[in-house]
Amino acid sequence: MPVRAMMRRTFLPRGPAILAATAIALLTLCVRASAQSAAKPELRWGGDAEGGAPFVEADPADPSKVRGFDVEIAEMIARGLGREPRFIQVAWASIEQSVERGDFDVGMSGLEDRPELRARHSVSIPYYEFHEVLAVRPADRGRYRKLSDLAGRRVATLGATMAYQMLLDEQGRSGLVPISYDDDVHPYSDLVAGRVDAVLLDNIIAERSLRRMGGSGFIIQPEAAATGHYVAVFSRANAALRDSANEILRARMRDGSLEQTFRRWGVWSPAQGAYFQRVLSAAAQSPEHEAQTAAVPGAGERSLRTYLPALLRAAVITLVLSCLAMALAVSVGIAVAAGRVYGPPVVRAVLTVYVEVMRGTPVLLQLFVIYYGLSGVIRLPAFAAAVIGLGLNYGAYESEIYRAALQAIPRSQLEAGRTLGLSEWQILRLVRGPQALRLALAPMTNDFVALLKDSSLVSVITVVELTKQTAIYATNVGSWVVPGILCSALYLAFSLPLSRFARRLEQKWSAA
Amino acid sequence: MSGLNVTDLRVVRGTREILRDIDLAVQPGEICALMGASGAGKSTVLRSVAALQAFDGGTIDVGGFTLHPGPVPRQSRLKELRSRVGMVFQAHSLFEHLTALDNVTLAPVHALGWTRAKAKDVAMKLLEELGVAHRATAYPRELSGGEAQRVAIARALAPDPMLLLMDEPTSALDPARRGALGDTLGELTRGGGRGMLISTHDVDFARSACDRVVILSQGVLVEEGPAREVLANPRHPATRELLQHRDDSPAA
Repeated sequence: MPVRAMMRRTFLPRGPAILAATAIALLTLCVRASAQSAAKPELRWGGDAEGGAPFVEADPADPSKVRGFDVEIAEMIARGLGREPRFIQVAWASIEQSVERGDFDVGMSGLEDRPELRARHSVSIPYYEFHEVLAVRPADRGRYRKLSDLAGRRVATLGATMAYQMLLDEQGRSGLVPISYDDDVHPYSDLVAGRVDAVLLDNIIAERSLRRMGGSGFIIQPEAAATGHYVAVFSRANAALRDSANEILRARMRDGSLEQTFRRWGVWSPAQGAYFQRVLSAAAQSPEHEAQTAAVPGAGERSLRTYLPALLRAAVITLVLSCLAMALAVSVGIAVAAGRVYGPPVVRAVLTVYVEVMRGTPVLLQLFVIYYGLSGVIRLPAFAAAVIGLGLNYGAYESEIYRAALQAIPRSQLEAGRTLGLSEWQILRLVRGPQALRLALAPMTNDFVALLKDSSLVSVITVVELTKQTAIYATNVGSWVVPGILCSALYLAFSLPLSRFARRLEQKWSAA
Repeated sequence: MSGLNVTDLRVVRGTREILRDIDLAVQPGEICALMGASGAGKSTVLRSVAALQAFDGGTIDVGGFTLHPGPVPRQSRLKELRSRVGMVFQAHSLFEHLTALDNVTLAPVHALGWTRAKAKDVAMKLLEELGVAHRATAYPRELSGGEAQRVAIARALAPDPMLLLMDEPTSALDPARRGALGDTLGELTRGGGRGMLISTHDVDFARSACDRVVILSQGVLVEEGPAREVLANPRHPATRELLQHRDDSPAA
């Protein structure tokens, strides 16, 4: 049985939208919190408005409100319980853990049903059936019909999802190359741009993307690769609330209001009606309690065995990525510092702007711009974009370190070089540079350790490095304890020797 | 033309004249002391001759290479001057990241293109003459003030300049070392026909180690002549003042 991962749905049209969505979510919380009266008891429900329509999205007419079929279903459950629904924004990947912590009563946002979820939490009856479908470019319609047709090709999906797990399984069989994204928009834009050859995702998301692109650019293969279900999740201890919610869901299936909701959001089909019938008749025969307490034996050990090699591979990616980015940062830093110290006013002004822009804007935004923003001009592979993004960003910080170090070398050292007949370039290379480098060493080491950690940001442009792999692992085993310890140990294994090495080098030089 | 010839040197900073109408010559083989109170303009003369700062009037000629008023020429145009003029800074300014030996060989190897072997030979000979050969592998911070100064002298002399400039060489030395420095400089000059221009407060050092003395006061050359004569028989009030204050000068 494949280990099914939790699905993460993040709707990221472009970098700034993340900030906007976060702001909206915060605003929502504030407004709701203040407007809420104590008249009715609340049903706090958690979801991720970044997931977008038709699941949960900020209402364009009133961004302090959310809408979507999950929003309506949450309202149905609340009404059925005689409570007032209150939306709580939560990052998609954290919904399960937040509900278990008691941050809210129920989590919904297109959560995939899977055995692990049922083993750890109280889970509602599935309220929607979806299909994993394959999207390909129109020219490949006849060539790539099924996953097995895609041997050696790059296939995109959301990271840590059932679809991603399917791709990993297929990788073992046919050598297909899974590419994981943090959002469900860019897999399709990269498909159209030719960065990947296919996308495997829920039919709802695939159809939504196709609509956004005006119905062209890619086609959806009619044959579903798999079938899955959306569920609502409650804390393990809250099975009673789950049972009440199930009653309400069944009633809404019977009276057609669930159908109306799905129709309103354009995701209804006759097959869905047949599915509802199956759910209702199955409920009459066997109560769901039994199935839900069945634990998954040995899941932890199996996960460790499965994920340790992946974690180590990811650690190597983190290390290689950090080293390359640092090499670029040092080169850029030296060039920028030299330009700012020695260059004519125009060069100095341009470089100052560069440094201030790089230091004054989030590196996350810079990664988005380089990978997605520039894809019309130059289509960089993700890894190269990650190295360039981190390298250019850290280069700005390095340049400030080098500039300060260069300026800390006394003028008399430079004048001594001049009276000896060394050229300005030789003075920089033989006198000023080497002495400045010693001053810069400690702050450089700090920066490299920081870069090692910041390299986790590149998961937003589909590079699966150590932190991302750990998050995937943690979501699967439903705990951060073991993955967290392993991940920390790996980061420390890199950063501690590095600090030691720098300290020794410094001692050696200060003894000199 | 040989040696150093300074004619009508004038340096202005803002509205202030720092040097005015300075005429000054140093012959090969001659050690000339440049004396005056703090702020008299001694360092400005040395820095102008070493082309470390611009001057506003007159000319400076070193063995036929002439500097003119205006901004300091680019380093690439000063090759001839650089090979003819060496300078020892007040705070020695050795390169902190290099050993004594590497400090001395740096310019011969990189500016003059000598082989390392030749540069090392010359450097070791100089360090030996200056009595610091045993410190060749030491880093500047490991050297005493006197040792560091001798290494700095070796570094300045390695390219075999015809003129050596020294800025307050005795300020960091105790009296015994000052005498020894005077002897060493004498040996270094008289053999090779090299001239030296040394700025100093130190009357005893000037008297014992220098052939000639030039007195500056407020940017003007007020008196010059053989060191013993001028210092034994000062005519200008500024010179007399220097002699009076010798005990509380920084050098004392």
